[in-house]
Amino acid sequence: MGLTGLEIYKHLPKTNCKDCGLPTCLAFAMALASGKGSLDSCPHVTEETKSALDDASAPPIKLVKAGVGDHVVELGEETEIFRHDKRFFHPTGVAVLISDHDDVAAKVEAFEQLEFHRVGMHYVTDMVAVRCDSGEAGKFKAAVETVAGKTKKAIILVAEDPAAMEAGLSAVAGRNPLIYAATAANYEKMVALAKANSCPLAVKGTSLDATAELVEKIVALDYRELVLDSGARETSKVLADLTQFRRLAVRKKFRPFGYPAIAFTSKEDPREEIVQAGAYLSKYADIVVLKADARQQLLPLLAWRQNLYTDPQKPIAVEAKLYDIGDANENSPLYVTTNFSLTYFIVESEVESSRIPSRILAVDTGGISVLTAYADNKFSAETIAAAIKKSGAEDKVNHRKLVLPGYVAVLKGALEEESGWEVIVGPREASGITKFSKENFA
Amino acid sequence: MTVEILKEKYRNTVGEVVLGATREQGGTRSHTITVGGEGALPFLHFEGSIPNRPVLALEIWDLAPAEWGPLFEKYYGDVWSDPGAWASKCVDQYGADLIQLRLKGADPDTKGAAVEECIAAVKKVLEAVGVPLIVVGCGKPEIDNALYAPIAEAAAGEKLLIGVAELESYKAVTSACMANQHNLIAQSPIDINICKQLNILIAEMSTAMANRIIIDPTIAALGYGIEYSYSIMERARNGALQGDKMLAMPMIGNVGIEAWRTKEANQPEADEPAWGEQEERGILWEATTAMAYLQSGIDIMVLRHPETLKVIKATIDDLMQDNSY
Repeated sequence: MGLTGLEIYKHLPKTNCKDCGLPTCLAFAMALASGKGSLDSCPHVTEETKSALDDASAPPIKLVKAGVGDHVVELGEETEIFRHDKRFFHPTGVAVLISDHDDVAAKVEAFEQLEFHRVGMHYVTDMVAVRCDSGEAGKFKAAVETVAGKTKKAIILVAEDPAAMEAGLSAVAGRNPLIYAATAANYEKMVALAKANSCPLAVKGTSLDATAELVEKIVALDYRELVLDSGARETSKVLADLTQFRRLAVRKKFRPFGYPAIAFTSKEDPREEIVQAGAYLSKYADIVVLKADARQQLLPLLAWRQNLYTDPQKPIAVEAKLYDIGDANENSPLYVTTNFSLTYFIVESEVESSRIPSRILAVDTGGISVLTAYADNKFSAETIAAAIKKSGAEDKVNHRKLVLPGYVAVLKGALEEESGWEVIVGPREASGITKFSKENFA
Repeated sequence: MTVEILKEKYRNTVGEVVLGATREQGGTRSHTITVGGEGALPFLHFEGSIPNRPVLALEIWDLAPAEWGPLFEKYYGDVWSDPGAWASKCVDQYGADLIQLRLKGADPDTKGAAVEECIAAVKKVLEAVGVPLIVVGCGKPEIDNALYAPIAEAAAGEKLLIGVAELESYKAVTSACMANQHNLIAQSPIDINICKQLNILIAEMSTAMANRIIIDPTIAALGYGIEYSYSIMERARNGALQGDKMLAMPMIGNVGIEAWRTKEANQPEADEPAWGEQEERGILWEATTAMAYLQSGIDIMVLRHPETLKVIKATIDDLMQDNSY
């Protein structure tokens, strides 16, 4: 186990200079002790102190990066077992597997299409894994070259033969690819390759014990940019091993497991594969590699990743203001909702699909939904009337009619009185807006 | 080197609830289903016993569900005007572990079915299939409260799972279940305190009922707040294992109804080409929602698409494999 906050504090300058971003040296020491900061944030510690404290101050799971430029994927540095205890930080890298037997160019072109827009968010599939199935270094290198030429995203090189890996690496040396994988049989050569190219290296064991042992051997060779794979491929076993990696790193600061983890799907049926990948993503994989590459298959998986990695303590809000949807003019209808982003974007997408130019007023409820805000008195006749005034809606439209969410129909009377606007009670669910707008505004 | 496996030590297990009763037990089911009983977090067999696998229901209505659209007409259109035939198809052809009958017809906005008609629908389903049955009302407490007692009585001995009890409206359904030995769904709005409070109120009415509660923590679909219900369920299950008796009940979720309400499941490919093929997308939207809840501790899921049921069943087979070290 690491040092306590007070033990760390003894080694710090005790000047309370705030250069680390925290108010005092003691606060900084406490943050380090709980694994929630890095000693690098203090510009004043000496080298000796640094090495003395390095171990204690290192986060329980190391941050490892793959890829370059705008497409770096950051992996690890997680501190929690459950998202409700704080949050998960670095979203799982989702990688699509391409074999050097495949039509590589076509596959990578399809991969490049895997970007999605929904409810105001942008999802991307962030990594390509190229696997040497041919057993030929030349063929693998050609496949890697094709991939590198067609995507800027992070690349995983999958080959256990060091000669093939060397050939593949030579095609993408400057792209910081993840090398997969060092095994008990090849690790010395793989570590040499990783060092020579300063690339992250995956460590593949045959069990938790063997994985820990192999990590220690590699660390003894002074290489620490590592990613873990216990070697398991059955769903239930992978779930158990990923859980042990996370628990032992976070709870016990067990150093051999203090690195991000990678999981490979084993299912052939794409539906089963997506569900399997989803389970690994939920329970602690920092990278998931899968074969499925159709849009309808990746969209649900990426949506789950986005949901899982949101900060549970922070309601996601949009700016509280008046939004124009389509070519809105002075006669366009006005919908009122809250500024909880999920609520707002659902309403927006429904208003959009009604194809009637409109406006939406997002009332500031601190980013909470209609019913919750109503219960909390943050979505009341007074707050809505004030928001209308502030939004400038009175100058933008000729009419004085607003659409109120059906769930808070009870506010109609008070709101009419408070605002002087006529209140039309809309549908309870956003899904009813298209029908409602056709009946009322078409 | 030997890694010291980290196993949590828990003080409590989730209670077991038996759904259905055979002839010897006073019902007419061909078999019973036991849910709950977990002594570990989901599928972590290495740290405790997980005696019962999560089970999957398909939902049927007492009237043809016009709003399900042409996609579901392919699978259910030939049977959905007859709840008995519909239930049989779900069990025999699609492999549902159990059936959830939603008495949508009782809603005055649909056909306003009389109590007798609702009872007849329940009986039809009980005659048509041998699996245990879940019966839920139309969703309007003022209507449903009048249905619970006559239905519970008409199916006395069958150990149905009847829903739903809510904080504002739990007495009628609780008494109906109490008097006729049925199980009860206690529904709370994604709120762990209300969940506990409701269970306490039900237990105060009858201590026996406390062992016949299934928690419905209210679930959201993927992309529409799933992370809230996921975390509430994780917290509830952790609380149960750490000794909170008022959270130590099996959990149920209406995955199908939520998933198939989303834009992602329903938008034709022509309108959202970047989202890919619609039916496959819808199936995976439902399956990914179900997957997440398996990981947060659900015991019963009510699904809609038969293909979702198939893929989730296969996943549960895999997850139930022992992973002890």
